[in-house]
Amino acid sequence: MRNPLADKVVEIKPSGIRKFFDIVSEMKDAISLGVGEPDFDTPWHIRDEGIYSLERGRTFYTSNAGLKELRQEICNYMKRKNNIEYDWAKEVLITVGGSEAIDMGLRAMINPGEEVLIPQPSYVSYEPCAILAGATPVIIDLKEENEFRLTAQELEDAITDKTKVLILPFPNNPTGAIMERKDLEAIAEVILKHDIFVISDEIYAELSYKEKHVSIASLPGMQERTILINGFSKAYAMTGWRLGYACGPAAIIGQMTKIHQFAIMCAPTTSQYAAVEALKNGDSDIEEMRVAYNQRRRYLMNAFREMGLQCFEPYGAFYVFPYIGEFGMTSDEFAQRFLEEERVAVVPGTAFGDSGEGFVRISYAYSLENLKVAIGRLERFINKLRAEKG
Amino acid sequence: MREELLAVIEKNSRIDLKELAVILGVQEIDVVNELQALEDEGVICGYHTLINWEKTSLDKVTALIEVRVTPQRGQGFDNVAERIYRYPEVRSVYLISGGFDLMVILEGKTLREVSSFVSDKLAPLEQVLSTATHFILKKYKDHGTIFIQKPEDEREMITP
Repeated sequence: MRNPLADKVVEIKPSGIRKFFDIVSEMKDAISLGVGEPDFDTPWHIRDEGIYSLERGRTFYTSNAGLKELRQEICNYMKRKNNIEYDWAKEVLITVGGSEAIDMGLRAMINPGEEVLIPQPSYVSYEPCAILAGATPVIIDLKEENEFRLTAQELEDAITDKTKVLILPFPNNPTGAIMERKDLEAIAEVILKHDIFVISDEIYAELSYKEKHVSIASLPGMQERTILINGFSKAYAMTGWRLGYACGPAAIIGQMTKIHQFAIMCAPTTSQYAAVEALKNGDSDIEEMRVAYNQRRRYLMNAFREMGLQCFEPYGAFYVFPYIGEFGMTSDEFAQRFLEEERVAVVPGTAFGDSGEGFVRISYAYSLENLKVAIGRLERFINKLRAEKG
Repeated sequence: MREELLAVIEKNSRIDLKELAVILGVQEIDVVNELQALEDEGVICGYHTLINWEKTSLDKVTALIEVRVTPQRGQGFDNVAERIYRYPEVRSVYLISGGFDLMVILEGKTLREVSSFVSDKLAPLEQVLSTATHFILKKYKDHGTIFIQKPEDEREMITP
């Protein structure tokens, strides 16, 4: 029989997070700090709207780009939060999670051989999606000394005449890094100079703990070259509803919508009705969850300081990214031993790119009580490692 | 810090001061001072424990009593409310808008004890026009806390 598989797909290596999760799910009394989704339930009023839409028999497709009312609410939200104006009819696409928007965006913009800049450590989907879209991924290794922000110099150095798109993943999974206005202004200058485009993944925008999140699309000249991706998973604890969106120039959104209509048809209708409620009446829910995450973040940072574990202070998402290089082992070895000896799962930084070596990702999408138990075990573990080293 | 501090200790009044300072991102001394100020101003009126008595062997009966009263000249409802809330078995007294005036929450050991309180003490008060007593059969949620065991973490493993 002929080989039924596409080489391009086979060559993509599976996600590095998987391996640990498989062990954790087998292990009794293991604590996982590996999960990348909120521990909160979707706020009840939002769930209630989803249920109500089912009761009303709203079980049909919506239009391809998504419910008009939802797209309008997204435009209101963008105006309210980022002071950016979008035309709901032409510049907004509702997708199945932010992850679909990344895929559609890359597929709509890339010609074979064009380069996509991917700062790492970052979310594991960018590189495979870029490859599947026919792009040549070019990795920019972010550095802890810059708090894992993307600097203008790093960007400048990575740009060639084949560069088409920069993926901008902030607030960042897995580092928790953010880009503040001054950082964005610096890179916007480079972007404009070289006439490249941006896919800005702002799924964690609402989880910023320093100044309010700034979108690169709100800077002068950037809206027309930016696809802004956001969604409901993180801000409203709606991961299972699978709902995200992309906002951007009509020409790009139009082509993304074309692929979306052939591949997906439309995002789930129930989720879209629930999302309208989320945008209309969910600001206080976001705030409540943000406050809780921030308390946990402070708790973890303080615990690291007390046990002498090096960690730059992250101001976004719900991850901390401590440095474990002092123990003389790789991220993988550290995570493996921590799981075996203390039954706590963290994700090795290398799952998010080679530049994650020396770090592990710890998620604080867990209650303080859970975190306390895990931190107790971490302290015991690193004391043991330090004793071993003598 | 004040609102966030109150929100945290409303849910967990046993949290220690050091931890409170850490999660609020302030100094411990500031927490101590703020708590003192809140107590002095009467914002914090006490530190209680939320108990699901149904799980203990102690018998307790809780009743909500709707009370219609005649307000008094110059006193409004305050005088009669005070007559009622002075009784130690009365847990809460609220002035309510709508079909009746005072909502009295009463706790007793037995149904008999509660009903005799109503018939012997509450109903005979001069200003009380009528009462309607509702016994609580089951508490599902109290002070924002759901009394049913929450299921374990149901998040499945997923990549990425």
